[in-house]
This record gives sequence, C-alpha cells and structure tokens, in this order.
Amino acid sequence: MSTETLMPYDEALERFEPVLGLETHVELGTASKMFCGCPTGFGAAANTQVCPVCLALPGSLPVANEMAIESTIRIGLALNCSIASWCRFARKNYFYPDMPKNYQISQYDEPLCVDGYLDIEIEGKTVRIGIERVHLEEDTGKSTHVGGATGRIQGADYSIVDYNRAGIPLVEIVTRPVEGTDRLAPEIAKAYATELREVMRSLGVSDVRMEEGSMRCDVNVSLMPRGTTEWGTRTETKNVNSLRSIERSVRHEIERQAAILADGGRIIQETRHFHEDTGTTTAGRSKEEAQDYRYFPEPDLVPIAPDPAWVAKLKAELPELPGARRSRLQREWGVSDLDMAAMHNADAVDLVEATVAAGAPPADARKWWMGELARRANESGTALAALPITPDQIARVCAMVAGGALNDKLARQVLEGVLEGEGSPDEVVSARGLQIVNDQGELSAIIEQVLADNSDAADKVRGGKIAAVGALVGGVMKASRGKADAGRARELILQKLGVSE
Amino acid sequence: MSLIHKSAAELGSLIGSGEVSAVEVAQAHLDRITEVDGKLHAFLHVGAESAIEQAQAIDDRIAAGDDLGPLAGVPIAHKDVFTTIDMPTTAGSKILQGWRPPYDATVTRRLRAAGLVILGKTNLDEFAMGSSTENSAYGVTRNPWDLSRVPGGSSGGSSAAVAGYAAPLSTGTDTGGSIRQPASVTGIVGMKPTYGGSSRYGLIAFASSLDTPGPFARNVLDAALLHEAFSGHDPMDSTSIDAPVPGVVEAARQGDVAGLRIGVVKEFAGEGYQPGVLARFQESVELLESLGAKIVEVSCPSFTTALPAYYLIAPSECSSNLARFDAMRYGLRVGDDGTRSAEEVMALTRAAGFGPEVKRRIMLGTYALSSGYYDAYYGQAQKVRTLIARDFEAAFHQVDVLVSPTTPTTAFPIGERADDPIAMYLADLCTIPANLAGNAAISVPCGLADEDGLPVGLQIMAPVLGDDRCYRVGAAVERALEERWGGGLLSKAPTL
Repeated sequence: MSTETLMPYDEALERFEPVLGLETHVELGTASKMFCGCPTGFGAAANTQVCPVCLALPGSLPVANEMAIESTIRIGLALNCSIASWCRFARKNYFYPDMPKNYQISQYDEPLCVDGYLDIEIEGKTVRIGIERVHLEEDTGKSTHVGGATGRIQGADYSIVDYNRAGIPLVEIVTRPVEGTDRLAPEIAKAYATELREVMRSLGVSDVRMEEGSMRCDVNVSLMPRGTTEWGTRTETKNVNSLRSIERSVRHEIERQAAILADGGRIIQETRHFHEDTGTTTAGRSKEEAQDYRYFPEPDLVPIAPDPAWVAKLKAELPELPGARRSRLQREWGVSDLDMAAMHNADAVDLVEATVAAGAPPADARKWWMGELARRANESGTALAALPITPDQIARVCAMVAGGALNDKLARQVLEGVLEGEGSPDEVVSARGLQIVNDQGELSAIIEQVLADNSDAADKVRGGKIAAVGALVGGVMKASRGKADAGRARELILQKLGVSE
Repeated sequence: MSLIHKSAAELGSLIGSGEVSAVEVAQAHLDRITEVDGKLHAFLHVGAESAIEQAQAIDDRIAAGDDLGPLAGVPIAHKDVFTTIDMPTTAGSKILQGWRPPYDATVTRRLRAAGLVILGKTNLDEFAMGSSTENSAYGVTRNPWDLSRVPGGSSGGSSAAVAGYAAPLSTGTDTGGSIRQPASVTGIVGMKPTYGGSSRYGLIAFASSLDTPGPFARNVLDAALLHEAFSGHDPMDSTSIDAPVPGVVEAARQGDVAGLRIGVVKEFAGEGYQPGVLARFQESVELLESLGAKIVEVSCPSFTTALPAYYLIAPSECSSNLARFDAMRYGLRVGDDGTRSAEEVMALTRAAGFGPEVKRRIMLGTYALSSGYYDAYYGQAQKVRTLIARDFEAAFHQVDVLVSPTTPTTAFPIGERADDPIAMYLADLCTIPANLAGNAAISVPCGLADEDGLPVGLQIMAPVLGDDRCYRVGAAVERALEERWGGGLLSKAPTL
C-alpha cells in the first residue's frame, strides 16, 4: 500500500475547493445485445452468449438494437436533455484483448442526448447537476487476470476473457463539471448516483446493480486553492461500484490531492482505482498524454434520425420520475422535508409507499420502517429492503395495533418473530401467544392478585393519590408479561378501588 | 461445344430440363481446374467433394420435381473473402491461414439457396487490397490471355477462373474497382452493384463504406442472373438498401439503347491512357451512337481528385477494420511462448501475418485518422466524396449513363508495378468515382488493344439503384460487338 500522506478533510476543505465530474455507465436491460441477437443475462457460463458479431469474427457486421436507442432517448428525456435529430455512431479505436474488434462502437461528437440536468436533494436543499451528454455504446468483454498479487494485468501469470458482456448496450451519462459543492462534494456525488439509479429504475431500462457492474461510476475530482477560479488537474477514479464507495473515493481524493498540493506537489492526470478494503485509491493509467482513439463515424451503421413525433410520444409516456414522486408522496403523507430526506437516504420510500398501499396509515408505516426495522437492518448490516419482512406484513401488524389486538410492545415482538422466520404476523401472534389480554375475567384475576400483593399502593390510590396507579398498572403489565391492555387495566383498577378521576 | 464453354444460362436450362446433370457439369469444371489451375493459380481452395455433393443434391431435387431457379446446378467460383462454413476463408492473408468460419456470408447463403455449386475459393490481393493479385500471401494469379501478366485485382482469381473456363460464374468484391478492373483486363463482364444493393455480411471488410459484392461472367445476361441471385436487402447488413433489386435480368435481355442519352466523361482520357484502350473506347462510343444512343460529352471535374480521396478513406477504414486480427480469438498467433504479454503477441502476429501492402494501408489510415490530422485528411477526403456524388448527380440530370474506359491500360506484366504503389493505384483511376458515390457500374469487353492484343473494357456507370441501365447498355454493346467479331471476345484468347 502506498505511504502517501493525506490532509484531514476539514483542513483540506478550508484550503481547497473541489470540482467534481461524474461519468456513469449503465448497462441497459435489453433482451439482446447492442449489435447482435445474443442474450444479455448476467451470470451465464463464460463465452456462451456470443456469436460471430460480438466475437468480431471476420465479415460480421453490427445491427443497432432499436430498443437500446429508445431506452437511451428515454433516459435523455428523463434527464431533461435535447434529443439529436440526426446523429451517428463512431468507432473508438484502441487495442485491448477484451474488446473483440479492437474498436468500440460508441458515439463521439454526435451524442444522442445533450444538455440536460438532474436535480438532487441534499440536506433539504435542491442541487442541480448539469448533464453534458448521454450517449450509447457497447460494453467490452471481461478480463480476469490470474496470478500476481493485485488481480490487475501487470504481474498476472495469464489472463482469461469472457465475451458474454461484449456488446451489451451501455449508456454513458456525463455530467458537466460540478462546482460549488464545498464540503458536501462526497455526499453530492453519492446523492447524484443514487438519484440517477432511481431514475433508471423508474424508467425500467436497467437493473442498475452496482455490485454486478450494471451501473459503474467514474469519478473525476480536482481541487483549486480557495480564492482562485482556475480548475486544478483532475484524476479519474474508475469503475467505482457502490454508492458508499463513490462517497468515500471523493473524500479520499480530496484528502490525497490536498496533501500533495499543500506540499507544493503536482497532481498527475491519471486514472485511479478505488479499494473498498482500505478506502483509498491507487494510480492506474496516466492520461498526461491523451490517448489518440482515432474516432471516425462508424461506416457499418446508418445514422440515427429519431422521428420528432416519436420522441414527443416517448416524452409524454415517461413514468413519474423519482423527484416528482417524492414530492407527491411527501404531500400525501404530510411529512417534513427532513423526514422525507431521511426516508430517501434510508431507501425506505418504496417500502413505506408499499406499506401504505397495503392499508397502513403513513405515519405508522414510516414509524416502523424508519424505527424498529431500520435499527435491525443496521444491526445486521443489510439493506432495509433485504430484511425478510414485507410491506404487507407491516401493514397487517399496523392493523392489529389499530384494532387493539396488539400494543406497540407486542407489535415489536411480532416483527421480531417474522424476521426470525416464524411465519406471518398472525402465525407469530398465535405461536407466541401475544394477544393483548382483554378478557374481562383473566384481566380481573390478574388485577385482584396485583392489588393484593401491593396493598400499600392500593391504599394510596384509595386515599386520592391517583398517580400511584401507575405502579399498579406496571404490576399488571408485568404479571401479564406485557399482554395486558394498559389503558383497560388502569380503568379496571380505578373501578375496583372505587376511585374516579 | 463442351460443357465448360457454355454460358451459365445455358447450363442452368440444360440442368433444369434434365439434359445434363449438375454432377456432370461440376465434374467437367473440376477437371478443367485440374487441367489449368496449375498455370493460372486462380483457386486457393478447391472443394471437389463438396461440389459434387452439392451438385448431386441439385440433381436429386430436380429428379424429385422441385422447381429450382435458372442457375440451379451451375458451378461458381467464390472469392475467398466471403465466409464459407464448409471451406477455409483466408482473404488472401497469412493471418487467416487455415481459418474455418462458423458461418456463411449472406452472399454465400444466397448462392447456395439459388442452387449454385461452389467449386472453391479464388485468389485475391490480401484483404482485397491491390489491382493485380500480386499482394496475395498465397502467390500471384496469372492472366489466361498471357500467363506473364496479371489478371487484375483484387478479384483476380475470380476473373481468371471465369476467363480460363474454370467456372462460368464467379463472385467478386469491388471497393475501388476490384471487380471491373479484373473483368476488363481478362476480357469478361464484371459488375459493381449499387452500394448497399448486395449484402456485406460475411464479406471480410476492407473499407466498409465502399465494399460491394458483385458478379463476374463471360456475358452480360449471366452476370445479371448471378447479380439477381445474391442481391437484395439483408437485415444483417445495416447499410443494405431495403428496396427491390433493379430489373437487371430483364434489362440484360432487352439490350436496347435507342434514345438513351450516354455521357462520355471528359476527364477520363489523355495522358496515362494506352492508345489502344482509347481507340477501342472511341469505337464503342461510336457503336452506341450507331445503335441510336445520343452521345453527350460530360465534365465531372471532381473525378480527378477521386484517387487521392480514395487512398485516404479506404486505408482509414481498413486501419480500423483490420484491428480485429490480433491473435486473440482466431487466425495466426505468433510468439505466444508464455513469456510475452498479449500486446506483444498481437504486435508479433500482425507483423508476421500482414503483407507489405496491407501494412502500408494500415499505416496510411492510422495516420489519416490521427488527432490533429483528421480534418486535413479524412475530413477533407469526405468532402471530396460529396463533390464526386454531386458531379454524378449533375451528370445524371443530363444523361442516363456515363461511359469511360474501365482502366487506363491493358493487363500489365507481373512484377511491373509491384514496387510502385502509385502506378498500381492508377489502375483504378476510372473505377473509383463510382465507389465513392455508391453508384452502379459495369465493365464489358470492347475489344483488344492494337499494341498488345489484350482485352479492353468499357465502363458503364449508372445512378444509385440504376443497375439495370448498366446491363441494358452492356448487353447492347455486347450484342453488336459479338456480331462484328463473330463470337465472344474470349474466343480470341489463346488456348491454355
């Protein structure tokens, strides 16, 4: 590991101002590849989803996937871009074994979508991230470097290539440089990627699984000294594959670059790799000498000229986008900006919405997901949505509480039972015997016993110190192992002692 | 007349009517190949067994009463730049030595569907880059008219096979003249269809925006029959035109030029043109006039810049198209001894596997596409391309077809231009404009040059999708000349 020094984040931000840029690759979830009919499923045996086209056998030719073009236009529209009325694919030429043609079919100076934006919310404020372009290209194969310490090509004994991924449609979304983030740069980078992921999900164009590589971010960071306006040299941390890593990599690059600059050093324009285990980045390929990709218009494909009427139709048919949906839900649920932001950050909005849809009051749905369940997810290190409990089950528990069959304490035990695989809420209630005791006879018997055991307290109440009833209610709750309805018990105790409030 | 001297149309009808079997016809041509290919070296691969099998299958279907097309059972020689699932495909390059494609090119598939019997694969300049077949990694093909001369190129194996009666038909590809020029110098018919009129799927790419598959035959009607058999829209090729194939067979049968306006391209004459070529060309023009055509001199000034533009565009595209030959997935692999990186193996393989002309063009193209040079070279060449298309457009407002010599000289001696790329490139001077604009153009024989007694070709150029006009005019010239000569031009060729 490198021994490079870091400047503490607060100090780095006092002295420097960061500028961000994000390039995000999203694999489209089309049934077939970008330029051939091969399937795109993840996880198939190596080199089984290939054909003459995606293996670049001599003589083979690409044919563009119309669904991929449509998806890209929809992404562009969702990101408020202008859609080109005429554009072309271009070849990006470079040699690498996992790229079968040794050129990538991409887009160069004629992207399909340009000049858009995406609004994100951070600390209750809206930040507008400019989108420079959205273009369509094809993915490469996947190299695995065997032997050697780093898993990278340098030092490996040999490499193997799986071309299943070669030719999967890939959309590249490039932001404009993001200035003025100040100390929120890491959070803004993460929030952008989160929001973008949600946009993709709502469009249904990709499964955007960062851990499987179907969404990957290249994070550009540069620093400029406070009080100056000229951007510094940037580094590009490649293929960061989780939202948390995006945040951490930005923070790390700020700390690393600040230390170098403060020491009078110079930032090298290069790609860097982020390491999950250490939270640091290490140098990759230098970009000091710009690689010459010899772009030229792809002669094997005809230009894309989307009919404006079709584009207008796609625009009209866009689903409700995540930002608009959150605003609507916030209104409908009557929650504060901060509560809404908290739900968003915890990935709870969908869950709460589904729970509400299953009949729970919004406040109750939020209370359980953001309280007990968030705590348990946090404890077990899983995502909220990955907990083994469904919105329907939460809604059922809420209904039982509302109907008086459970109190909050019992409800927590029901949830625990469900999470531990004991079955549905109703099954857990009956298996654990968690119904509230409101049977008149049983409750009366418990109260008689408690009054007998606590005659001092009973006397105090009789003597008018009504506050002392709390201890008696507590005794009833204890004796019933929490299953008694506390309110009902209180009423009965007062009645039995002949006291009225 | 022996079977090998019959036309494809005749053979098709004899086989269809059961008068001769497809097996007999295939065998006669395989025998001819055995007899003459030692001298010509037109073939890189002869599939004798598979040819007999295919022929037998056709005979069986005819016996079963299947109604097959006009070329069913007719043998064909297939340029070794189209993939064939049952034969090796090399593109004339060491880098693909022994490669067996797992799929058939669309053209190959359509040949099979039409019942054509593929005899074998023909020689070519490596990756179709050249005008003589001297750039083949597998040795030069010789011109049946004079074995010391080239058969043209790049489709020289295909032209020699047809001119040498080893096959009545063959396929070619034309990127800058690679069908028309070999047809011209071997005294046969060669047609470059409209770009996009015939599928490139499975054609090993040289220059994607120019490559066009087309037919060779000994007469215009046979060429039209073959053209019709393998042309038409292919969903596997995005640049393929989704329109009906022009009525080429009907036009070839019609062969009438009365009232047609024919433009003579002013720029294609003068210095560099062999007098015998110009003389035969002049006679052809007069002949057309005598047949009732109206002759107009037409100026296409940008045609003079076509050659340099072509030598920027074609190498640029080839530098990218040939990048896939990297030893990783197929073909030659050099230096993979466990100590070298993939990059080193790629470099060693490409150094060993590509010939000098291919390397020259890859370097030219790589340079022309480089950042900082792109606008001056590739960008500028594309502008020239637009100008050429405009010249054609303007010309076709005045006339129905344009004519010129196909190539400035007759077949040159083997070795004469091998060390002079520019002299070699000049062989395509008259053919390149049609490639840059995507037009249809044909070469038909128009006589022998007085100086050397070698064939001269007449080029007839038509607008995009005006392929039928090439056949119409070509057939008229052919009919009138054959009447004058008392037979086909090839009957004047020496016996092999």
